[in-house]
Amino acid sequence: MTLSAAEIAIVVLLLTSGVFVLLAAAGLVRLRDFFTRMHAPALASSFASWMVTLASIVHFSSRGEGLALHTWLTIIVLSITAPVSTVVLSRAALFRRRQAGDELPPPLGQAVAIEQDRSGRTH
Amino acid sequence: MNPLVLLAIDATLVLYVLAMGVALLRVTRGPTAQDRVLALDYLYVVGMLVMLVLAIRHDSSMYFEGALLMVLFGFVGTMAMAKFLLRGEVIE
Repeated sequence: MTLSAAEIAIVVLLLTSGVFVLLAAAGLVRLRDFFTRMHAPALASSFASWMVTLASIVHFSSRGEGLALHTWLTIIVLSITAPVSTVVLSRAALFRRRQAGDELPPPLGQAVAIEQDRSGRTH
Repeated sequence: MNPLVLLAIDATLVLYVLAMGVALLRVTRGPTAQDRVLALDYLYVVGMLVMLVLAIRHDSSMYFEGALLMVLFGFVGTMAMAKFLLRGEVIE
């Protein structure tokens, strides 16, 4: 039983994506803080989904009906939406942690003001 | 399709299901609400990947539309929940 080049590419891409998705899930559970935990799912929404998209392009293009690039649309939509939802979710987390009175870095405008104040005093 | 490729596809699906089970742990346990929202967003992405792999397995491009819808609904759901956590209401 021999595999063609396209089939080998599909197998390798799919198995690698499976491993990366599992790594992302492990990071989601094992990492300690919410803000470090936010990094883990990006592994699934960037690397693993790129691999699955490539595998599906290879598969549908190797059927002899020409290049099938329609799966690329998912990766385009995902790479637009994933950063937006990450930023909004991290802002929500920051807001809620500040409301709860946790020790967090100050907002950017305030931090710049503090820095300017400090440098003004030393010079 | 080659049985070896089918085996690899099934192994990938098993890995995805395992990952979803692990992420469900974070949904049920997750100390804060934003942890649960993050894990749900991740579950949506993995569900989308499952759809794309099923498209390869059944050799049908019908699943592709499902995957696209899944990405969009995941984004809308996550945005709505994140906005709710931020302000206490979704549409101002």
